[in-house]
Amino acid sequence: MDPRTGELVDRLRELPSVEDVLAGASEMFVYESDGLTLTRGRAAAVAFPSTTRAVCEIVRACNEFGVPFVPRGAGTGLSGGATPVDGCVVIECARMDQVLSIDAVNRTATVQPGLVNAHLTDAVSGLGLHYAPDPSSQTACTIGGNVAENSGGPHTLKYGTTSPHVLSLEVVLPDASVVQLGRRDAHAVGYDLRGVFVGSEGTLGIVTAATVRLMPDPETVCTLLASFPSLVSACEAVSTIIAAGIVASALELLDDKTIDAVEASVFAAGYPRNARAVLLVELDGTDAAVQAERARVRTVCQSHGAIEVRVARDEQEREAFWRGRKGAFGAMGRRAPDLYVHDAVVPRTRLPEVVEAITRAAEERNLRIANVFHAGDGNLHPNLSFDRRDADELARIVDMGEEILRICIEAGGVLSGEHGIGLEKRDYMHMLYTDEDLEPMRWVHEAFDPADACNPGKVIPQPRACTESNPRHRGYEKVTF
Amino acid sequence: MAEPLATLLEYEKTLDCVHCGLCLPHCPTYQETGRESSSPRGRIYAMRGVAEGRIELDAAVVDEMYLCLACRACESACPAGVQYGRLVESMRAEIDERGARSRASRFFQRLVLRRVVASHIVLRLVALALRLYQRSGLQRLLRASNLLLVAPRLRDAEQLLPPVPPAWRAPGVTPAEGVLRGRVGFFAGCLMPEFFGPVNRATLRVLARNGFEVHAPRGQGCCGALHAHAGDARAAERLHARNVAAFGADDLDAVVVNSAGCGASLRDPGDALSARVRDVSEFLHAAGLRPPRGAVPLRVAYDDACHLLHGQRVSAAPRELLRMIPGLQLVDLPGTQDCCGAAGIYNLTQPDMSARLLRRKVDAIRRTTPQVVVTGNPGCLLQLSRGVRDAGLDVEVLHPVELLERSYAVGESD
Repeated sequence: MDPRTGELVDRLRELPSVEDVLAGASEMFVYESDGLTLTRGRAAAVAFPSTTRAVCEIVRACNEFGVPFVPRGAGTGLSGGATPVDGCVVIECARMDQVLSIDAVNRTATVQPGLVNAHLTDAVSGLGLHYAPDPSSQTACTIGGNVAENSGGPHTLKYGTTSPHVLSLEVVLPDASVVQLGRRDAHAVGYDLRGVFVGSEGTLGIVTAATVRLMPDPETVCTLLASFPSLVSACEAVSTIIAAGIVASALELLDDKTIDAVEASVFAAGYPRNARAVLLVELDGTDAAVQAERARVRTVCQSHGAIEVRVARDEQEREAFWRGRKGAFGAMGRRAPDLYVHDAVVPRTRLPEVVEAITRAAEERNLRIANVFHAGDGNLHPNLSFDRRDADELARIVDMGEEILRICIEAGGVLSGEHGIGLEKRDYMHMLYTDEDLEPMRWVHEAFDPADACNPGKVIPQPRACTESNPRHRGYEKVTF
Repeated sequence: MAEPLATLLEYEKTLDCVHCGLCLPHCPTYQETGRESSSPRGRIYAMRGVAEGRIELDAAVVDEMYLCLACRACESACPAGVQYGRLVESMRAEIDERGARSRASRFFQRLVLRRVVASHIVLRLVALALRLYQRSGLQRLLRASNLLLVAPRLRDAEQLLPPVPPAWRAPGVTPAEGVLRGRVGFFAGCLMPEFFGPVNRATLRVLARNGFEVHAPRGQGCCGALHAHAGDARAAERLHARNVAAFGADDLDAVVVNSAGCGASLRDPGDALSARVRDVSEFLHAAGLRPPRGAVPLRVAYDDACHLLHGQRVSAAPRELLRMIPGLQLVDLPGTQDCCGAAGIYNLTQPDMSARLLRRKVDAIRRTTPQVVVTGNPGCLLQLSRGVRDAGLDVEVLHPVELLERSYAVGESD
């Protein structure tokens, strides 16, 4: 550790509001990646605030020493958004995990950023309320991380991503000042800076409190499981359901390889092993509406050749269906030592051909692939299994990631549905935007973080000409084992 | 690919983890510290880093491996099926193999586990000494004198002790009552006969009342769980072999265990003995409990023992048995899936973290206001007893079979 860093660590440890500071070599090692192990970086220290004031003091100390800082929640992100920049201070928000207030009448809650997503619903379920955005990692990921990534989830189809559920944010800006963006009563005026902040991937400041909407629990929820003889017929069923005007709250597809992985895990949900694809359809609303839609969904699935359509018998089976779906990513662990969960979006009607093209590309590269997707949104998650110790396979994986994006963009899609850009896709932003398109994003960044101290090097690529010239922006490494 | 630099760590098992992080909120030490390095994912990453030569086996890594409770709550949350319990045990063995832990703590631990816990005779003498200490008035004298303040660890251990009941050893054969439904083996445990005689007695009574002839073979002994957790695989294997021999010859329907930690440990090797092991609640539930008739009008909270819930995936059976007791009101204990901080001898080796976890548990008990807390593991019984005693709560801490036996007994006298 260079003496200057040592001094900063001492300073952080002296701050009375900061509970814990780690700086040991092996401790920094376990923070080198978040949920994406393809990118790594070595932090100088990890500081644990539990109050807004502590966050301010850490940021102020970092600024004084000219050291960048990187916010982190549970480290479940999949685009390297919380990957440390070499020599940075990681501001770990896990201990800021309190529900600050619940307003049952106006159906809002104000929470600290380290609160686990699912714990918010646990806290309000007695009031007949829930927090709607439900990323698959919701039992572990935090609200602060969800705000940073504008996270989605299966129920995004009906209820939208995180952004429409965020009313206001208390934020520590990169200059250590504290501001309120938006208003708790949802009647904000002027520029929607709350909207700018949600999805900024930790590059504009650090959320220290969020006021979010709570949704009333629907009268009835019904989950259907339809199994299909092919992925294509399942995709077509999805398009027909939506074209028929049925507003499902979730439409999720799992292919046969995913089914195998889930059924071998503790989250085995009783998905049929003989199917090539399983479609989960969730309907919610009044009893009468759900009953009617259920019959229509069944008919549509059957007309597309479904082998079997069954309704979850009870709440227990319904939960099992979802636990299986949400554990699918981790369940791939039994396929190979490492996993690359990709994320891209295409127009829904193009799903069948895109999935076919991606599968072919994986075969050409001799890679193992399994597909899970939020079919209703056209949001694909190709899961690529690999072994990072195999340099050749690793190179093919990185190449495959780029190929998936090329295929999706050609089909009229975009780079990411919900995982964010982070480090993973930063340098692919040019596939979607021109330098001119990216310029206003740079202005916004410049306005919030002129010193480029807050999670630097993420999201926005350098103008093409500069990419190679600024070492500041290469404070991370792609894996080289 | 380079060979891993580990001899005892089960390196291949570390590769099952794909870093998804779903284990984090289920880990008690992560809940307390928020540190990645205190989480299952972080610990596995560190094990892998050591084996691949990317980091040194430094003091921080060693400390984290011992701060882990080995409660295996992460296994219940892991979609990839990582065998975390096996990993942390093998990593502890690796640490000792490399001499990375202080010799004094290693020596002390081995001494206690190999020479005391694993030895019938020494254990009996220790229990006897404790009984004398408690009943002779020496305990009162020592506690009043504050002499123990000079040795905080010893004081902690001393305070953990409930009044030690008289020893009770299971008879070789306990005849069945009523129609014979089967013959089962009884695993008596090492600490149980000395410190939990009433629990063993109740277990045999309940089995007999349910029509089972119970055999408690003489040659059996300690299950070796504590040795395995500490990374002493050799001692654990030796002890397991002794039990395989003791139960091997008998033609028994099942080997019934009333200690969650022992049950999980006996099941772990996956051999012929493992296949016959059943927790007492699981066994009675599957066999069909003869309905107890006596009213036990108490408000009862069931606390899951980690090695029953996470280690053996038994959680519904004990609750359903308790619900069969007339008059008993079963209430949910928040955080029942979280470790109470007992974790074998963890409350002695990591008193600070153990106390923090116990505080959470006691807070939950205080909010739930039960009259009785039941749990199926001796370590947890000790820990919870101490917790409610220190908090001044008027709560009884019992094993589920004790409540079943109470109901049968009341039913008889009615």
